Formats: sequence, structure tokens, C-alpha cells
Amino acid sequence: MTLMEIFRIILLISLIICAVMVNTTKTLLQAVIIFMSYSSIMCLLWVIMESPDLAITEAAVGAGISGVLFLMTLKRLRAEDMDEDETEDRD
Amino acid sequence: MRMKRKTGTEPLKNAFRKWLDGDTDVFSELPEAARIHDISREEAKEDRKRVDRMIDASASAGAVVRAERKGFRTFYNIVAVISCAALIAMLLFLVGNLPRYGEENERTVEVVTRYVEKGLEETGAVNIVAGMILDYRAFDTLGESHVLFTALICVMILLRQDRRNMTSKVDSYASLRNDEYFDPSGDIIMRSVGMLLGSCIFLYGFYILMNGQNSPGGGFSGGAVMGSGLIIFSAAFGMKSVDRYFSFKLFSGLTFTALAFYSFAKGYVFFTGANGLENHIPKGEPGALLSGGLILPLDIAVGLVVACTMFGFYSLFRRGNIGSDTNLTDQL
Repeated sequence: MTLMEIFRIILLISLIICAVMVNTTKTLLQAVIIFMSYSSIMCLLWVIMESPDLAITEAAVGAGISGVLFLMTLKRLRAEDMDEDETEDRD
Repeated sequence: MRMKRKTGTEPLKNAFRKWLDGDTDVFSELPEAARIHDISREEAKEDRKRVDRMIDASASAGAVVRAERKGFRTFYNIVAVISCAALIAMLLFLVGNLPRYGEENERTVEVVTRYVEKGLEETGAVNIVAGMILDYRAFDTLGESHVLFTALICVMILLRQDRRNMTSKVDSYASLRNDEYFDPSGDIIMRSVGMLLGSCIFLYGFYILMNGQNSPGGGFSGGAVMGSGLIIFSAAFGMKSVDRYFSFKLFSGLTFTALAFYSFAKGYVFFTGANGLENHIPKGEPGALLSGGLILPLDIAVGLVVACTMFGFYSLFRRGNIGSDTNLTDQL
């Protein structure tokens, strides 16, 4: 097993961890930040799979602009503290 | 008009920690104009509580509603788990049936060989991916840029605030004041980072855009990087500094010209039997900027549309407008 393969396995495992964490985090802000880190890891994986075109697009759109748009939406909805409403709903 | 931000009595670090956990709002001590949305939200919450209390008061009706709610929740959970499991099983099955990574496969090898061997002379692009998306599959890219444009129009219909689209004066005033209040352009860190990073990112986006036919990148990624450069500029120096050169007129003109050029050039190619436009740009020299036939102008058109769209999204989400609407500000 070469060094590159170990690196790839680490990246894939952290990709799965990120995907699960997006669903289980407490606040939406943390979910957005984890989603952006998911995109950064995916960008590294695209580079390893020899498709730099996709890697550039993933870094610019996935890790950059979509995160900014999510944050702007949170600001617009004032949803940073929305989770307390949901816990009220659940009782 | 900017007001100084208060940090409150407790240390800033604790406040930030609490904000990250979703406990409190750091900016709880806002001026009146900025708090209008807060007040209405609290009122809405009280309304909901009142309705809940009314339901609870009539015991039988409350029991029925609660039982219905509980039943729906159980049903929802079961269906969610089942559909998730089905989707995962389907995806795993499909991925298992794909050809192994990097292996030759009789179904795909014909197309791939054609692209790799004849791509340079047929499309004129050294970067085969650019040749694929802007020549062999140019119709896909045409649809993609129009989808982006349509999405921007939908966002504009929903979020743009001009004289005809204003729900109430108070709302627009509050959103304008909110934008001014949360504008971080006074921050020294934002300014210096924006000065250093913003220009580098914009230059890099331009490089990706212009070298799409030679190196990885091209219209979409270059446009997205240029758009994020514009976003960093407007975050660091305020929306007003970007308004000076990026007005609504420039935005609509650029987008329309780029889309129309792409449609006409590619439409001509389609209707003349895919023989291509005559052009005077020499084909396919590795490293030369002016090479690659029709790929370079098409790349620039796509990049301009994408950059304008990305910045348009940001601007509309942030303050409900692209460029400064002087009429609106005068009216308020």
C-alpha cells in the first residue's frame, strides 16, 4: 500500500464523516461550515482522480460561493437560532 | 451612515462561542431600525404559543391534534428511513456495476479514443475537456448557461426590491439599514486581506478563463473564481465601492451580450451542419493564448455570464438589488 493510497483512504473516510456530521450538527451555521469542508475534501479527491477541471470548479463553487450563499440565506432568514423553535415543536 | 458596534458587557470570546452554539445573538444590542425583523419574529413566536395554548385548552381537540402530530411523525420517520435505505442500495448497486477506474471498457472506449486522438484537430483545443464541453457538447453548455441565467431571474423576481416590488416602506428601510449595519467594510483585517487576496483571486480567475483551451479550467470555473473575487471585494470595501463600476445596466448588458453571442455562434454551427464558423484564430498551439479556434470567445462568453450570475446572487441575497437603486434610496 503506497502513501498515496493511504492518503486517499483517509480522505474518503473524512468525506463520509463530514457527510454524516452535516446531518447531526446542532446549528445550521456549523452544518454550512462542515458542508464547505466536505467540498474542499472532494476537491482534493478530484485532483487525485486526475480531473483538475472539476477540482477548480468544486473549489470555487462548492467550497466558496455556495457556502457564501448559504450564509447569506441564514442571515436573511435569521435562522442562526432556529433550532430552539424546532425543539419547541417536538414536545 | 455607520454606527459603532457594541460588544456588550461580557467578553467577545464568550459571546462568539455562544453565537456559534446558537444560544444567543452577538448583535443583540441593535439600533431600533435593525431590530424590526426581530420584533416581528418574537411576535410570531408568541402567536404560535397562543394558538398552542388554545389547542391545549380544549382537551379533546388538543388530544386529537397531538395524536395526529405523533402519528404523522412516526410515519414520516419510517418512510424517511426506508427511502434512504432504498436510495443507498440503488447507488451502491450502480457504482458496483461501473467499469473499474482507469480500465478499458468496450462501451466507452470508442468515444474516448475519438476524443483523445482527433480532439485537437477537430476542435482546436489542447485541453480536451474544453474541446468536449464547448465543441462536441456545446449544446449542453448553452443550456447550462441559460439555466444559470433563468435561476438568477427567479431569484430577482423573489428578492429584488425596487419601487414596484416594495411590500412596505418599513421593510425596505430595515433591510437597507441592516446591510449598512452589518457591512464589515470598516474592519482593518477585512480590508487588508481583501486588498491582497481579492486582486490575486480576480487575476487567477482571469487566467483560468483565458487559458481554458490550454490548461485545466475554462469558462465555468474561471467565471466562478472571478465572481468570488468580486464578492470578496464587496465584502471588504462595502457594496458602494463595487456599485461604482458594477451597475445594473452593465450587469444586464454583459449577460445579454454574452448569451446572445454564444447562442448565435453555436446556432450558426448547428444550422450549417456543424461545419463551424470561419475564424482567423490559429488552431491548437500548446501554450499560445490566441489558439483554439472558436473555443476562446465561447469560453469568455460563458465566463462572463457565470461571473455576473454569481455576483448577482450574492448582491440580491445580501440587500435585494444589483447595483445601487438611487430612486429607492431617495424615496426612503
